[in-house]
Amino acid sequence: MHAGTPSQTIGPFFHFALDQPDWSDLTTNAPPGERIVIVGQVLDGDRAPVDDALLEVWQANAEGKYDHLEDPQTDKRVDPRFRGFGRALTDAQGRYRFTTIRPGRFLGRNGALLAPHINVAIFARGLLKQLVTRIYFADEPANKTDPVLTEIADSTARRTLLALRHNAGSPAAYGFDIVLQGANETVFFDI
Amino acid sequence: MTRQPLAYARPRPGAQPPYLHPDYCSTAKRAPAQALVPLQHTLSEVTGPSFSSGWAGPDIVDLTRPDKGEALGQRIIVVGRVLDEDGRPVRKTLVELWQCNAAGRYRHPTDQHDAPLDPNFTGIGRALTTDEGEYRFLTIKPGAYPWKNTHNAWRPSHIHYSIFGPAFATRLITQMYFPGDPLLADDPIFNSVPDTAARDRLIAHHDPNLSEAEYALGYRFDIVLRGRAATPLGP
Repeated sequence: MHAGTPSQTIGPFFHFALDQPDWSDLTTNAPPGERIVIVGQVLDGDRAPVDDALLEVWQANAEGKYDHLEDPQTDKRVDPRFRGFGRALTDAQGRYRFTTIRPGRFLGRNGALLAPHINVAIFARGLLKQLVTRIYFADEPANKTDPVLTEIADSTARRTLLALRHNAGSPAAYGFDIVLQGANETVFFDI
Repeated sequence: MTRQPLAYARPRPGAQPPYLHPDYCSTAKRAPAQALVPLQHTLSEVTGPSFSSGWAGPDIVDLTRPDKGEALGQRIIVVGRVLDEDGRPVRKTLVELWQCNAAGRYRHPTDQHDAPLDPNFTGIGRALTTDEGEYRFLTIKPGAYPWKNTHNAWRPSHIHYSIFGPAFATRLITQMYFPGDPLLADDPIFNSVPDTAARDRLIAHHDPNLSEAEYALGYRFDIVLRGRAATPLGP
């Protein structure tokens, strides 16, 4: 048994090495599915913008299939045009933006379909390890039966996981702020 | 529907740093105040991006000659394996590396440390591990530098590492330190890891067998990612 390597902070000086501007748009290969935009702001416990955060997203494709060998769903296909991974850095106002496609639903262990969601990892100075949250969509009927969302009893906390649609046009634009600490603190998961 | 993959094992107590570590002042306003919500692993956590096709860009394994000139400082060779907790090599996973130069300055617009930039050193490395989980970089030993955590605080020499592993749950960003560095004793980031043995796994080992005679000093730094749990996936 080998013991795991501890995490350490990404620090303040990573942009020159980790910034990959193309990676915040997951749709550059024109994958099938509904194109959506997710924008938000990362805020600290004083509501100050976190201008040195790196966000990574990981999601299933429009059919609800992950581009990964261990996804056991045989009735869905990996689409070579969609990798499902993105990275964005926050700007001076703590803002970030991803362009992606709306993920599909996929099966949980008990045969229940999970509501569509995007997994998010947040790295920043002052975070000794990443924070993990999920972006769900406030206008998604399947949220009512999602086993993760329904386990969160506090409705204020649950709302922090719901991206709100900003517009009526196309592509759909959703807002998802990430509050690291304090009032309306985002729900973070221990994975 | 075929069989679901296994979940990933949880870290042992003390093996990972907490979010709030008061000695590291930047955690004060960024650590969540609420307890994290435990999440049984689903497909979302046990899958993750693959870079094995090379789409993250070509490997950059020699940081000492980014162009025509040669970087200043002490050349070092850093070799290691990326393994999981069961000792299996993590193949074709993306390792990203970044660091300051020999004078302790990052090529970063907001690094205001009054130390010279080296036009021949960017401090950026990138590689896919081999089928044995190995990586190898030729670089320059990074300098120590002051930071504003407390008066006259200095960070020990370190190299930043970003490693993906096979799953969203194995994602790791960490720092490699150098053996015998007197600054480690007072560094709040290094000392944020409660367990001494776990903390020491962040320190590379000097390995004479990796050194190249008359050229560069060798260090070994193995990285161990989370292994599998015996339990199946959650909801």
